[in-house]
Amino acid sequence: MSNIPSDLRYTKSHEWLRAAPNGAVEIGISDHAQSALGDLVFVEVPEVGRALKAGEACAVVESVKAASDVYSPVSGKVTAANAALASQPELLNQDPYGAGWLFRLQTNAPIDGAPLMSAADYAKYLADQAS
Amino acid sequence: MGLKTVLYDTHVKQGAKIVDFGGWDMPLHYGSQLEEHHAVRRDAGMFDVSHMGVIDLCGERTRDFLRHLLANDVGRLTLPGKALYSCMLLPNGGVIDDLIVYFLSDTRFRLVVNAGTRDKDLQWIRRHAEGFAVTAALRDDLAMIAIQGPRAREKTLPLLPPEHRSAAAELENFFGAAFDSWFIARTGYTGEDGFEVMLPAVDAARTWDALRAQGIEPAGLGARDTLRLEAGMNLYGNDMDENHHPLESGLAWTVAFEPADREFVGRQALLNLRRTSADELVGLLLEDRGVLRGHQKVVPAGEVTSGTFSPTLNRSIALARLPRTAPRRVQVEIRGKLHAASVVKPPFVRHGKALILIPAIGDIH
Repeated sequence: MSNIPSDLRYTKSHEWLRAAPNGAVEIGISDHAQSALGDLVFVEVPEVGRALKAGEACAVVESVKAASDVYSPVSGKVTAANAALASQPELLNQDPYGAGWLFRLQTNAPIDGAPLMSAADYAKYLADQAS
Repeated sequence: MGLKTVLYDTHVKQGAKIVDFGGWDMPLHYGSQLEEHHAVRRDAGMFDVSHMGVIDLCGERTRDFLRHLLANDVGRLTLPGKALYSCMLLPNGGVIDDLIVYFLSDTRFRLVVNAGTRDKDLQWIRRHAEGFAVTAALRDDLAMIAIQGPRAREKTLPLLPPEHRSAAAELENFFGAAFDSWFIARTGYTGEDGFEVMLPAVDAARTWDALRAQGIEPAGLGARDTLRLEAGMNLYGNDMDENHHPLESGLAWTVAFEPADREFVGRQALLNLRRTSADELVGLLLEDRGVLRGHQKVVPAGEVTSGTFSPTLNRSIALARLPRTAPRRVQVEIRGKLHAASVVKPPFVRHGKALILIPAIGDIH
């Protein structure tokens, strides 16, 4: 079973989002996603300062076998990107919710309206997909 | 549901991620494709390649038949057990398949062909064999396990019956021999030493487990692809196919134009193409971070045929078809952006060692 921390929210395209009270959010891909992709060998993160719209493709995670886009779950401006992933893409496999984070955004609107799932709903979504 | 090899249940039990490969349900990896790759380069790994087609040819004129059928010349095979790599061509020079042929005796040769092409191959072979009174039998009663790596042979030999060990240990490179119902060849598709073992399907599962107990790591098709690409070996369907002839696919060395009186299928077309063919297959080394993939566009001209991340070089490599006049430094379009790549001569890696110089990555994103 994949690890689904209860304090995060999730998308159908397997990103996770960690929200701070001040409108700052951190985004990565789920344990399920890293496991399905296999060993990651290349990660491209968005540039700091870039304005992203919800649903916009803004990062690429590439395993030995294939490349996958990562979509921003919410709108906002990029305040930080995980530079360590350029030389250590395996961090994403080893610690997808910690050292393998992808980028941080400052949101300009409440994220409550975004189509995000709770951990329980995401677990159910994965179970439904597998069956 | 696809076709399954006799080892399918073993793979599932050992945690394999199963994918479709040419209609076969095959293991992609058993956890980490990178670790499986390194196991083969540094120690020993094994692959289930039972999906490949083993075809036994039998008849007085088998040698004459193969000298007509194949672009390489089995006339070169004089010692029993010796193997030869060859393409089988259409009359227009397009590649029907690439294969290994083993010379067993004057009336018996064994072919090992690709999984995705075996039915087509068998039809083509039988059609041409009639005139030579040669029979072709698909040996789907056999399984095939490739054990590869610097320690592959020493870890495999203790599993053989004592009376066969020394003969198997003395097999020279690119030779095979029958040991009772097993056929063991010192061949492979990884750029490492090792064996390919063809054995009765009923023996496969317990042999696989015994090999694993010897410390040989199961490896999937993912590692098989990165290993063969590092070794500069073509993959049928990617790097050559019915629309691409050997001379533009890095396979001119496998076409025996001499002796001039050997009329093999495709000879006339290749003689013409030898003068007119404008393209060649080269190696590419991506200078920046990123991953080259098949079908990416090369600037000023050409296309990547196979691309991957090289675990040994920690850099992306590829085979690409370019005009012979292309510069030695090109650009590859990856997701709309151009990235510099150097044109190099494969192989990239052999026997665990990098054969090309890897410059440092200039800019870190």
